[in-house]
Amino acid sequence: MTRYILSRALQALLVLWGAFTLSFVLLQVMPGDAVLIKFQDPELGLSPQQISDIRASYGADESAFVQYAHVLGRTLAGQLGYSIETGVPVSRMLHAAYPTTLRLAVVSFGGAIMLAAGFATAALLAPLRPLRAALRLVPGLASGIPVFWLEIVAIQLVSFHWKLVPVVGVSGWTAVLLPGLALAIPISAPLTQVFLSAAERVMAQPFIDVLRARGASPLRILYAHVLPNALPPTLTISGLVFGEILAGAVVTETVFGLDGLGQLAQQAVANQDVAVLQAIILISVAGFVVINFTVDALHPLIDPRIRRTQAGGAA
Amino acid sequence: MNTALAQWRHRHDVTLPRLLGVLPVLLLVLVALCPGLFTPLDPLAGQTDERLMAPSATHWFGTDQFGRDVFSRIMHGSFSTLSAAVLAVAISLLVAIPLGLAAGLGGRRLSGAILAGADMVLAIPELFLSLSIITLIGPGATHVAFAVGISQVAGFTRMIRTEVVRVRATEYVEAAFGIGSTFWQVVWRHVVPNSLAPALSLATLRLGTAILAISTICFLGYGPSPPTPEWGLMITEGRNYLATAWWLTTFPGLAIIFSAWAATLLSRAIRMDP
Repeated sequence: MTRYILSRALQALLVLWGAFTLSFVLLQVMPGDAVLIKFQDPELGLSPQQISDIRASYGADESAFVQYAHVLGRTLAGQLGYSIETGVPVSRMLHAAYPTTLRLAVVSFGGAIMLAAGFATAALLAPLRPLRAALRLVPGLASGIPVFWLEIVAIQLVSFHWKLVPVVGVSGWTAVLLPGLALAIPISAPLTQVFLSAAERVMAQPFIDVLRARGASPLRILYAHVLPNALPPTLTISGLVFGEILAGAVVTETVFGLDGLGQLAQQAVANQDVAVLQAIILISVAGFVVINFTVDALHPLIDPRIRRTQAGGAA
Repeated sequence: MNTALAQWRHRHDVTLPRLLGVLPVLLLVLVALCPGLFTPLDPLAGQTDERLMAPSATHWFGTDQFGRDVFSRIMHGSFSTLSAAVLAVAISLLVAIPLGLAAGLGGRRLSGAILAGADMVLAIPELFLSLSIITLIGPGATHVAFAVGISQVAGFTRMIRTEVVRVRATEYVEAAFGIGSTFWQVVWRHVVPNSLAPALSLATLRLGTAILAISTICFLGYGPSPPTPEWGLMITEGRNYLATAWWLTTFPGLAIIFSAWAATLLSRAIRMDP
């Protein structure tokens, strides 16, 4: 058991390090580095000497390997560097931006769970086989809808036409209500798909027939017997869902003009502000890795079958 | 003649649902290659006296802020999105096929290294990966296709490797070794064709994902620049008229959805197993 958790933790750290290295290679080893792009503009009137001083202060004049060691070292010490665009510490920018994105994530994740639960119940318990088959297709179709378009239509209908939720001049939780619920739709689609196929495998098993024969109601069978068995496979994609929400925040915050991490990422790409973009990628990978590790560590507690194979494997 | 056709239909298992599944994509290809067949109007030249007109008999999808016909812009814009999606999937396959074959056929060390690398890449959301590549190489239509293609490589590699491992364990591969075929003969005659066929059907499914990813990046403003008709970009430009001209954002979005669904239908139609 301990060995299982240790190996998972080691794997998580390895993925985190690999993704960090990959984002470093992609972003910081550019042919014309970001510092140069920003400061060589003749209108700024900087002498070559001043430019090379600035580059030295960002560490951009050293070899790629030295830069990598430096960036890895300071990131491990919790120092995320400075924004090339504004000169502000990246950690301060993240600190100012994260509450909006956190609220957005809470609303969209909560919304996605409720949507997936409600929809899965309907798709499993609806009368008539053709109706169930039709409902089964909906999540796949929903994942073909671009988020930004869905959100624009939501603004036009919900906010402008029906005047239900304001989107201009709002703050706090009101500001993330409509964006969060719109983002919940594409987030819920993979959750529903994975849960439905797991649930259908469970429902094909003989013990469900036994329960039915003993007179258990369909709702009771679903919630008391199918749900606990179909939940573990669904949990395995929760790390992926975290990444999808953060990536969805880039689009959502652009559409609704929210100043969160997604907006920060979008501006970082526009300004080639690599330190900021790398920090946000690091947050998303760290979230993915931590969630996956937690799910892996909890898996044996939820599913006794895993516990047995682990014990067998260790012996 | 008729019997030959019947034989061909039987051999390739051509059924009505399968034919219907191919139709939307054929329509899209036709639109992308000859948009002039569907609309006589110019996608770039606008009529200044016809600005922001609601959909009507002359302008099916209305006109934009420059008096350009939205229907014509959508028809002419299809080439940009669809060719970028095909290019993206082709790039991913080009990189992922050798990697996936190596991971499926190679020794424990090689396959472990490739899979660990894929896991690291898969930890980064695809949008962040492609935006990083855009930061590196700069915006533009071809660059977006390249960025989306590269960001899908890890997923494709895992998929192809799974197929290769499945085929390697089959009895016909064992039998081929039994009659004295060499490793490379078996790989070339059995493993490659039987593992790549399902992978290609999944690749058409990824075409839909690529269309969505490309229009998202173009919506964020890293694709072609105005006045190029591009669906994602059209929605960005239409956002300025959100309250007054709904047709500017609604119709390009429907075009994206139609293409994504068409790709899904195609992948269902050509899937090998029933």
